[in-house]
Amino acid sequence: MKKKKVQWFWSWVIGSVILRLILLYFPKNLNLSSRPEVSTPLTSLRRLAEGYWLKQSSVSPYAGSMYHGSPLLLTLLGPLTVTRVEGQPDHLLCSLVFVIADVICAMLIRAAGEKLQVAYSSRLQFLGLHNLSENSELLPSGDFAALVYLWNPFTIVACVGLSTSAIENLMVVLSLYGACSRLTPLAAFGWVMATHLSLYPAILIIPVILLLGYGPDAPPRKLFWQRKNLDVGNSTSSDSCSEEEAKNQLKMAHVFSWRLVVLFLFWTLLWSSYVLVLCGIYVQQYGGLQELFKRTYGFILTIQDLSPNIGVLWYFFAEVFDFFRNFFLIVFHGNILLMIAPLALRLNHRPCFLAFVYILISSMLKSYPSVGDSALYLGLLGLFAYELKDMQFSFFLFSGYVGVSLLSPVMHNLWIWRGTGNANFYFATAIAYACFQIILVVESVSAMLNHDRMLTKLYTAKLQNVKS
Amino acid sequence: MALPLKATFALSLLFLFSLMLAASAEEEFSEELLLKPLPDRKILAHFHFRNEAPLAADSFARHHHLFPKSISQLVQKFHIKAMELSFTQGRWNYERWGGFDPISSHNAKPPGVELWAVFDVPQHQVDASWKNLTHSLSGLFCASINFLESSTSYSAPEWAFQSALGSLRYGTLPREAVCTENLTPWLKLLPCRDKAGLSSLMDRPSIYRSFYHSQRLHLIMPTAVSDGSKSGIILEQTLTVVLQPNNQKASMNHVGETKIQPSWSLSSIFGRKISGRCVLAKLSNIYLHFERGLVTQLDNLQKKSSKFAANDTGPEAFRGNAGFELSVTPERVHTELEKSSSVLYEYPIKEYKEIEQFDLGLTWKHPVVWSSSHAPLYASRFLMGSGNERGAIAISLKSTEMTKGLVSANNVEERCKLQVNVLQIVPWYVKVYYHTLQLLVDERPQVLADFVERMRVSPSEDKVSPGVMELVLQFPCEMKSAVLSIEFDKGFLHIDEYPPDANQGFDIPSAIISFPDFHAGLQFCEKSQSKSPLLSKLQERSPVLSYTEVLLVPLTTPDFSMPYNVITITCTVFALYFGSLLNVLRRRVGEEERLLKNKDAKKAVFLRRMLNKLSAKLRGRPSESTPSPPSSSSSPFVSPKLILRVLMVAGIAVAWQYYSQ
Repeated sequence: MKKKKVQWFWSWVIGSVILRLILLYFPKNLNLSSRPEVSTPLTSLRRLAEGYWLKQSSVSPYAGSMYHGSPLLLTLLGPLTVTRVEGQPDHLLCSLVFVIADVICAMLIRAAGEKLQVAYSSRLQFLGLHNLSENSELLPSGDFAALVYLWNPFTIVACVGLSTSAIENLMVVLSLYGACSRLTPLAAFGWVMATHLSLYPAILIIPVILLLGYGPDAPPRKLFWQRKNLDVGNSTSSDSCSEEEAKNQLKMAHVFSWRLVVLFLFWTLLWSSYVLVLCGIYVQQYGGLQELFKRTYGFILTIQDLSPNIGVLWYFFAEVFDFFRNFFLIVFHGNILLMIAPLALRLNHRPCFLAFVYILISSMLKSYPSVGDSALYLGLLGLFAYELKDMQFSFFLFSGYVGVSLLSPVMHNLWIWRGTGNANFYFATAIAYACFQIILVVESVSAMLNHDRMLTKLYTAKLQNVKS
Repeated sequence: MALPLKATFALSLLFLFSLMLAASAEEEFSEELLLKPLPDRKILAHFHFRNEAPLAADSFARHHHLFPKSISQLVQKFHIKAMELSFTQGRWNYERWGGFDPISSHNAKPPGVELWAVFDVPQHQVDASWKNLTHSLSGLFCASINFLESSTSYSAPEWAFQSALGSLRYGTLPREAVCTENLTPWLKLLPCRDKAGLSSLMDRPSIYRSFYHSQRLHLIMPTAVSDGSKSGIILEQTLTVVLQPNNQKASMNHVGETKIQPSWSLSSIFGRKISGRCVLAKLSNIYLHFERGLVTQLDNLQKKSSKFAANDTGPEAFRGNAGFELSVTPERVHTELEKSSSVLYEYPIKEYKEIEQFDLGLTWKHPVVWSSSHAPLYASRFLMGSGNERGAIAISLKSTEMTKGLVSANNVEERCKLQVNVLQIVPWYVKVYYHTLQLLVDERPQVLADFVERMRVSPSEDKVSPGVMELVLQFPCEMKSAVLSIEFDKGFLHIDEYPPDANQGFDIPSAIISFPDFHAGLQFCEKSQSKSPLLSKLQERSPVLSYTEVLLVPLTTPDFSMPYNVITITCTVFALYFGSLLNVLRRRVGEEERLLKNKDAKKAVFLRRMLNKLSAKLRGRPSESTPSPPSSSSSPFVSPKLILRVLMVAGIAVAWQYYSQ
């Protein structure tokens, strides 16, 4: 049974790789790499190639307003953009790198999902909610999430469209996986690289620390307290073996393991200084790190490029009066930061889900969003398929996503290529997309909280049964 | 005592006077007009005014006799080493009007305004000088040259103009409309304005009816050979007009298939005659130039016709020919050194009486067909692609009869190379991908490194600087055609950055194609030539230069009418997100609500007590005594806390004040 399942999983993975490779052979016909949904100023491989070309002709890669990515990505992918294989499409090697990154990312999601599932069901069993834990084991959420990630049209489009977001996603997932499996160096590396590549994953430090401190997602911590009280009440009745295990579980649930967190911070410091030194060496003769930060993070935060993308901020800042520009920049970026604390307080027992919500919020509010970012959070959504099974509007959301992703290219074509529509048409689809993402984040958070309430209710009912 | 004083005064006066005399003797002005029939039945009229003034060290507040004071002040103030400003309407037709003669490489300019200047200041002050200069010129010529002030519209090319290193700035305004309001201030710089002399020919309607007109102002500071210091200012003002003569008569004369060239006279093309020279001018000449191709054709015609005596060498012979007849006998004829070369007829202008004004006329007798000499490569530029997202610029270079001649001439030599310099400036909203530069030679893609000798790229920076690409290319002479193409993305601007007619599109300034190995210059054998500035200008060996077309790039526009709608809708969506998410996070149901109520009740009691205390404190001592005794007893207990809080707030306020300053 299990073997069959595994085979079935791998065949789907291989299928998705083959689909990508087939699509790679029509780069000219598909023209995905120039779509605004795929290539933003930050993720476009064409701009990276321009940066690499400038570097090769001994000009700063950040001269001109073309490249805004990391110098490390430039050294990694730059040489691949100029190597041509005879008779093959351009950028074949780059696209192979992205395919590999996608597959690794999916594997990491799967591994993290398995870890999460094991931990979660063991905790449910510890609380005595056996039938729930069996239910949660029925659906292998890791495999499910990995396949959702691999077969998501957004991921495929971003991969075939040569967007560097595949690598950014890989780093984010790497950090989550490292935190789930308590590998502090890996988690620190993933977090540092993800922050270095696209800045927004910086807020993931909170879920990663929670994940390292408290362990993976669990039912609300209050339930364990009640269990502890119960144990103190009738400790003599249970046998010694389960006693040991229970104590272990309790420890896991309550004790914030500072040791791992400190280790994580130490590794973070190490990796970030390493990355900074590498970058410093790279940009030494082109104005140093200050120039680098201005060109990368400054570009992200000040939203200078107003070319259309699937977000709403480009049009907003193309239209807003210059006088208010700084104000709205602060408001929009503050919007991401404002929700960090309430979410962390309410969902601190579910750090992985918290990370998912953070990724979702930042990919909705970020300055140059692309479908690659959506692909990541939709993949991670699969990890919580069991907890979110009672989510409201899920069909509505699904059809909304499908509708927007069909309408948005049409409106873009009408506006840019045919000249029959105007910018408002395209902006309307972007607003609709933002609304759907908002509904998704609100509904998923509320479904998760409801699930917790359900657990509490079941557990208190069980406790009363035991007492009476 | 008084006598020596008087004497010294007189002496000093005399000295001053002589000094002024000497100075005024050096100030020179000359006016010249070159007329040239063009192959496509048009006339080129090229006015050339030259004003020269010495430049002394203390000449800032000096008086000039002939030289315009505004220009000399400009030079003094901004330390200009050289400067050229041109206002052009229409496009010089390199194919028909020629691209290899001095006039086309000096006076064919891109449409709109072109300005370049070389400054004699330290590197870091060049930009500031440029900005001030643009503003001064803008006021001086009633044009919007001040738009060149912004760093997005000018650049510092390095190889296109060999003269300057680093201190040169170059900018163009392709959209600038040129009209009589620009000509009038230009004419004001001439000593006789347009009241006398050749400039009186400038009849505004006939000039602005022309196919091409370009007024140019060129400042040069020749350096003395001895010490390298500046010895004077030379101001060259030229006006180049291509006119269509009125040819009602000529249109009726069809001889065979080819139409006869229209006959013209000064009065028919300008509507005016010359009543006399500008008395302040040292030299006042009119030249009629027959170019090489035309002279060859005329010679052929001469040989064919038997009417004219073969060896009639008097001055009258110049007046007419088998092909044409001039209304006035030329005073002097300059012929080029080479055989079958161009001919220049010279007419000095004297003082004329009211009745007999000078009017040069040319009557064609037979149809003549010839073509002008072309530049080695004919350059044109066009846009590729459709839609408003991306496109490509292509510069196509086609070989002309000139390069074919080169191949045959250089057959013996090992390998003939043709050097081409390309300067391409693009505004920042055309985001060029320099790595996509492609070269097609004879319609086959080639490796760029084989042809590019040197390349300098300074990529454009959003809202800061334009992109500059300078290329030095080496082509084999036998090449038929070459196409350089480079891809770009179209930028998206803020609504305030669009001009009022946003849907018209944006102009990409002309690219400059120059051929440093080829020099346009005529060689005349006469000795008297050196006197005439125009002739010496024609003989100057200058590299052949041509400008490409201005490109019009349509950019996508946002909706200009609804910034408010966009702001309100976006903010609503974000408010929706924030509110609903926060609502979900703080919502309690069932059990939790009851628990919370309990807690709240406890909290409320505590809060009420605290509030009571606070209000009592705020109301002051007398009211404090009225509430219950426990509160009064607890008040000393609370007061240190309160003081601490007040102190904290005060501290924050002080810190805020400190940092905000």
